[in-house]
Amino acid sequence: MSATAHAPAHGPGPDVTKRDFLKLVAGASAAVGAGAIAWPLIDSMNPSKDVLALSELEVDLSPVPLGSGIIVSWRGQPVFVRHRTETEIKEAQAVPLSELRDPATDAERVKAGHEQWLITSAICTHLGCIPGGIKPTQPRGEFGGWFCPCHGSQYDTAARIRKGPAPRNLPLVPYAFETDTKIKIG
Amino acid sequence: MVGLFHSDIKNPVLRWIDTRLPILTMVQKEYGVFPTPKNFNYFWAFGGLAMVTLLIMIATGVVLAMAYTPNTTMAFDSVERIMRDVNYGWLLRYAHENGASMFFIVVYVHMFRGLYYGSYKNPRELLWILGVAIFLVMMATAFMGYVLPWGQMSFWAATVITNLFSAIPVVGEPIVQWLWGGFSVGNPTLNRFFSLHYLLPFVLFALVFLHVAALHITGSNNPLGIEPKGPQDTLPFHPYYTVKDSVAICVYFIVFALLVFFFPNYLGHADNYIPANPLLTPPHIVPDWYFLPYYAILRAVPSKLGGVALMFGAVLILFVVPWLDTSKVRSAKFRPIYRVFFWVLVISCVVLGVVGSQQPVGIWVPLGQVATAYYFFHFLLLMPVLGKLERTLPLPESISHAVLGGGPLPNGVAAKPMEKA
Amino acid sequence: MRTLRPTLIGAALLGAALLGAVVTAAPARAQEETEPSVNWSFSGLFGTFDRAAAQRGFQIYNQVCSNCHSLRQAYYRDLIGIGLSAQQVKDLAASKRFPALTEDGQPTDRPGLPSDHFRDPFPNELAARAANGGGLPPDLSVIVKAREGGPDYVYGILTGFIDAPAGFKLMPGLNYNKYFPGHQIAMPQPLRDATVTYIDGTSNALDQEARDVVTFLTYIANPELEERHRMGVKVVLFLLFLTGLSYAVKRKLWANVHH
Repeated sequence: MSATAHAPAHGPGPDVTKRDFLKLVAGASAAVGAGAIAWPLIDSMNPSKDVLALSELEVDLSPVPLGSGIIVSWRGQPVFVRHRTETEIKEAQAVPLSELRDPATDAERVKAGHEQWLITSAICTHLGCIPGGIKPTQPRGEFGGWFCPCHGSQYDTAARIRKGPAPRNLPLVPYAFETDTKIKIG
Repeated sequence: MVGLFHSDIKNPVLRWIDTRLPILTMVQKEYGVFPTPKNFNYFWAFGGLAMVTLLIMIATGVVLAMAYTPNTTMAFDSVERIMRDVNYGWLLRYAHENGASMFFIVVYVHMFRGLYYGSYKNPRELLWILGVAIFLVMMATAFMGYVLPWGQMSFWAATVITNLFSAIPVVGEPIVQWLWGGFSVGNPTLNRFFSLHYLLPFVLFALVFLHVAALHITGSNNPLGIEPKGPQDTLPFHPYYTVKDSVAICVYFIVFALLVFFFPNYLGHADNYIPANPLLTPPHIVPDWYFLPYYAILRAVPSKLGGVALMFGAVLILFVVPWLDTSKVRSAKFRPIYRVFFWVLVISCVVLGVVGSQQPVGIWVPLGQVATAYYFFHFLLLMPVLGKLERTLPLPESISHAVLGGGPLPNGVAAKPMEKA
Repeated sequence: MRTLRPTLIGAALLGAALLGAVVTAAPARAQEETEPSVNWSFSGLFGTFDRAAAQRGFQIYNQVCSNCHSLRQAYYRDLIGIGLSAQQVKDLAASKRFPALTEDGQPTDRPGLPSDHFRDPFPNELAARAANGGGLPPDLSVIVKAREGGPDYVYGILTGFIDAPAGFKLMPGLNYNKYFPGHQIAMPQPLRDATVTYIDGTSNALDQEARDVVTFLTYIANPELEERHRMGVKVVLFLLFLTGLSYAVKRKLWANVHH
């Protein structure tokens, strides 16, 4: 480089090596700094504190009629709360795991002692629509659970995927029974 | 010219791009080997610092806009929500707020550097004019941004500044109502200011592009104000000035960080943390510090139209500086008298700033008037007259000649004698 | 060196000029007695909030200030930041009632949640004015940022109530405060010695009470302050390191260039 050309008197060898090392360290540090600047810009688009603070939701189950259900909004996402009939529970329990695309027993999808309550995300695992079937008046598909109007995914009475393009069961959401008629989601 | 570009780039993919759109060659030419006078001092880093600041302002501004609500009933709260709930929102907001101040500090230094070293003179007149245009757009952008938090200062700044236009005879009133979208500053005003505040930085960006393009035609001025006479007077921009500018950027970031992290509200006004109240004007309203000199000029004459005209004149006069200054010598280094008056101008601008921050009573009134008078005297009379009369110091033969102390040129560096600048 | 000296002088002059302009740009304060300067735990580059003081300050806000002053930008969950447990915050929020609707759309109320903003003492501005002789008690969320002088000023107001000097004409319904601009303030003296009783046994003299509530209000106005200070120290140290490094690279690079 021109620096060495200008100064034949200096020993160029060690000088250049030292400079290259310095350049490397400085360049790496500058890259770290640039990353540190970029992170706040990116992270500011993640859910903010007020959104995260709304992560708990209490639901009163007493008004939900047998055989029907409600959709509640938790963190802006819809959640199914379904009051299953005896027949629906029996159907769900009777399905052999080998028939399932995403195997899970009915017991794994409800709380013991509260089998009549099925609480899952209401978002179809295919492309995010809300399947119909929470009310008995809506089409529930061949398996008596849910039928997604967008691309025809069908779920059974334990909200497990049985037919159609969706890859997985309707996801479970974290919840706990506070009393027999009251749950807290989140 | 039609046809593929003959690229020297080795990498086949980059070469494929470069032959079709020679941006890589352009970057190499304009920022790699670009011959740059070798005698810059650190004042020449401020253009780059301004560019860095513009990028920071656009980056933080875009994400802030994602969380801000331009509605009079929600704007103040949405800014508080940014400060409290959005991840790193406080950092982005304080950086954006103080970034405006940093932008003006950097640009003012950049402008005074241009004035001191005669960077506006032939052939760099258009470069200077584009710079003044950038300054104007910057002021408009800063003002509209200041309105967005919708605090007391936002509201009353918007009211006062828009009312400046009511000084225009006959059409003043309709213009002001058009600016407001109503009969006072209100929701339509806030909405359009938000829209324009988002738009203008990109106009700014385009102007900066032209400013830099013009710079790369004429080449940079330098502290001696004489043109480089050959390769011995210049260095490739990279790595010499990329590295030197990096040092300046680091120091600049330290100052910026100290403001943002430790004194984030120091340059702001407490009143802007009070939500806007259209029924109550704060007892002491002043613009942000970077507008204070103009505010002082506005108040220097006891006439509405006169004050407004003077204030706009103070900025517009900068457009014709290249023709007001009649001196053939660029750098004040070789202009012993102008150099003194340059500092008088700096002082009078600072005095105007101080006067602008004070209530217009007592000594501040005549002081503001004297400083205003000097400001216009400097540009309108001193520059044309002094340029003709002043006996300038002898210019060095060349940049490298001056650098080496005027002694005999060493072998290898020496060049043929060159014609005078 | 020959070119460095004028550069440095120029830089110094220009820097001084700009700094001077910036410093004096702060608007002139009204010609009042200046409030005392308090040594706060949160000031300085490494300042943090005194948790115990902030909690006592919350007790004062909760028992005294909140009767008239809202804190509407703050959330109950913000109290976790001054050392309250999640359960304490939950219980506290639940003790406040918020307007709500019944299933059939009738107005009712519900217990508060940690995610709720602090409840306003009045349903609207008119009600607030009516209850305060026409005056509107300001929201305190950012009060220390919204007044020149910040925490010192708020402390000054709280401790500045004295009898009006002889000959001072006090308007009816107003109170004399030596630090308030114009001295006539609508708010009656809110804190005196022993206005509250601290469970931690701290002195409840007026001075202590005022310090505590100002610490709390400063936290509410700047909940990010500690994170900001911590991050700032790291950022500045990193930048100093980077400056040194880039300067070393620059020195090496330019060592053989005559400039």
